[in-house]
Amino acid sequence: MNTIPAEYYLILSAILFSLGILGVLLRRNALVVFMSLELMFNAGNLAFITFARMYQTISAQVVVFFVMTVAAAEVAIGLALMVEIFRTKRSIDIDQMNSLKG
Amino acid sequence: MPIFSLVPWVVLIPVIGLSINLLLGRRLGEAFSGALATLAAGGSFVVAVLLAVGLSRDPHPVVVPFVDWITLGDFSARWAFRVDTLSVTMMLVVAGIGTLIHLYAIGYMHADVHHQGDPGRFTRFFVYLNLFIAAMMILVSADNFLMLFVGWEGVGLCSYLLIGFWFEKGKDGIANARAAKKAFIVNRIGDFGLLIALFLMVANFGSLDFSVVFEKAPALAAAAPGVLLAMTLFMLLGVTGKSAQIPLYVWLPDAMAGPTPVSALIHAATMVTAGVYLIIRSTPLFVLAPVAQATVTWVGALTAFFAATIALGQFDIKKVLAYSTISQLGFMVAAAGMGASVAAMFHLITHAFFKALLFLAAGSVILGMEKGHERAHQFDESGHKSAGFDPQDMRNMGGLRDRMPTTYWVYLIGALALSGIPPLAGFFSKDEILHAADQYHNLVFWILLLTAFLTALYMGRQLILVFGGTVRTRAAGASTENGAIILLPLILLAILTVLGGLINFPGLWTLDHWLEHTLEGLPPAVFSPLTALISVLIALGGLGTAYLVYLVTGQVIESNSPDPLERLGFLWKGIAARWKVDELYEAIIVRPYQRLAHFLASPIDQGLIDGISAGLAWLMQFFAELLRRLQNGFVRSYALVVLFGVVAILTYVVLVR
Repeated sequence: MNTIPAEYYLILSAILFSLGILGVLLRRNALVVFMSLELMFNAGNLAFITFARMYQTISAQVVVFFVMTVAAAEVAIGLALMVEIFRTKRSIDIDQMNSLKG
Repeated sequence: MPIFSLVPWVVLIPVIGLSINLLLGRRLGEAFSGALATLAAGGSFVVAVLLAVGLSRDPHPVVVPFVDWITLGDFSARWAFRVDTLSVTMMLVVAGIGTLIHLYAIGYMHADVHHQGDPGRFTRFFVYLNLFIAAMMILVSADNFLMLFVGWEGVGLCSYLLIGFWFEKGKDGIANARAAKKAFIVNRIGDFGLLIALFLMVANFGSLDFSVVFEKAPALAAAAPGVLLAMTLFMLLGVTGKSAQIPLYVWLPDAMAGPTPVSALIHAATMVTAGVYLIIRSTPLFVLAPVAQATVTWVGALTAFFAATIALGQFDIKKVLAYSTISQLGFMVAAAGMGASVAAMFHLITHAFFKALLFLAAGSVILGMEKGHERAHQFDESGHKSAGFDPQDMRNMGGLRDRMPTTYWVYLIGALALSGIPPLAGFFSKDEILHAADQYHNLVFWILLLTAFLTALYMGRQLILVFGGTVRTRAAGASTENGAIILLPLILLAILTVLGGLINFPGLWTLDHWLEHTLEGLPPAVFSPLTALISVLIALGGLGTAYLVYLVTGQVIESNSPDPLERLGFLWKGIAARWKVDELYEAIIVRPYQRLAHFLASPIDQGLIDGISAGLAWLMQFFAELLRRLQNGFVRSYALVVLFGVVAILTYVVLVR
């Protein structure tokens, strides 16, 4: 069976991660920033399982499960925060959340 | 003996009195706080009497431990009371005279607080007075030098507080505060000496207990006489501060800024004798250092003479008594230096009687003059008091003999006792000192004899200026005698002054036998009729000279008119200007010191030290100003920084390592 080379997966992972970074850095909508963060998580997950496959080891796959769990929890908290911020500021533009600047 | 366990109460009763007065005195009124403070002092006196009764049955010294105080390795200092004939004698004097002066102060301060316009301060005065009694009791009942030092500092504090009692009054509204500060600072110089002496004791004996120190002293005298000499001389420096001897006597005349009962109690009868007590208590040390003993004797004799000359040229009724006190303290210190401890103690006691009497009587005169002044100018067209009037200036007095007869009689008794006229108390004690001086050194004897002449002269001058002649001002003419609460203590003190000689009457030598249980190696007491005769003749000569100069040949002295003694020329100028000692100290010590302090304050402290700290603060602020730009509040820029950081670290990890 012809397999797709591992490099392809890693390149895809890198592209996804870079897209995530760009999303976090450039977008002002907090929800989009969140989605970009998820993209970065999943880029990381992809890299993990690629290496797991390459080196035939199970521990990297376990890490992926952990990441997915933690990411779910993080989303729950993050969205709750987002809702509260929207209630007070009527906006989720993260550039307006700057009351702690020096 | 169980009665000796009462001894902590000599300190505790005044402390209780002052605590109640401090908390409740203002609310309970003048009569209450005055009576309470007097009762507290009286309670102390009763305890002292009980101790004396106990000692008369069993005169051996007893140490009553109270609490453990300091324990540091091998060194320990207990809070322990010493009951022996010497300490109990001091307690009797302090509490006895103290009680009478408390009683007098009820009347005096009642008038004074109203005259000064702040009746609320009445209670505060009695709090300070009781605090003084407590501190003085600690001083005299201590069983080690450290506890003695606590009392020593305590009485210094009370002295400061009471000299500055009317701290916002006096010349330019600051003279009283300045006088208090001067007394405090000059005393600090002396206390520094005493502290060094204590440190030397700890270093050489490892203890400050009297018994240990005196026991180990002979060994030190044999091994290192220089150390013992230094110890005793530093102690002498402390004595010159507290007992107002050359060179540190300058604070005592200024201390007369305090109310008159304070001058009587602290600056004449009790506190200033603490130095004499210290020397007598430390006799076992001084005996081993003959050079120190000689120094003490000469300091005392010279102070006695020097202060007596100044007393002759003063016009302020209390200043004369102040210099007279310095002079008499000189007598005591000289006696203590010559090893005549009993004579010194005897003179300390009789002097406490008659000098307290003189000061209180002077206070009575001042009160009478103030009242007379107010009455005389009550109906003036302007109505206000003439500003320049000084009720303490003897030139404003004269003829008070008829206006204030009781005060006159008690003053006469006090003055004659001070001059050394038999059979009053001062004659016997001064005679013992003169006799000791005759045995010790010819020159000391002649100096003290000359001082005795001057003493009689200035007391005669004062008597004539105040009570004799004719009335010189309207205030003096309108002055009247004071009430019973003022006069009663005066009469009691006058009785003590008349009978005080019995304490150590020649032949009976009660005080000698009493103190020999505490002081070892006393010379046998001797009465020398020749010395007595000479001293009486000298005293009569002094009084006679005063009579001739001021009453017979001298014209009536008007306010600000020249004194007959001005014919002495430059000598008069010297004594009237107090030999310019204050000015000398000002020029050679105070001014250079102030200049040094100013230099340290202005260029060093404000320039250098403040510059360093201000520069550091400025530097921090500068960097903070730079860094705060980074904290711009945009989450995305933080994320960018994080990204750069991660990239940098990864680059380092991957490429460099």
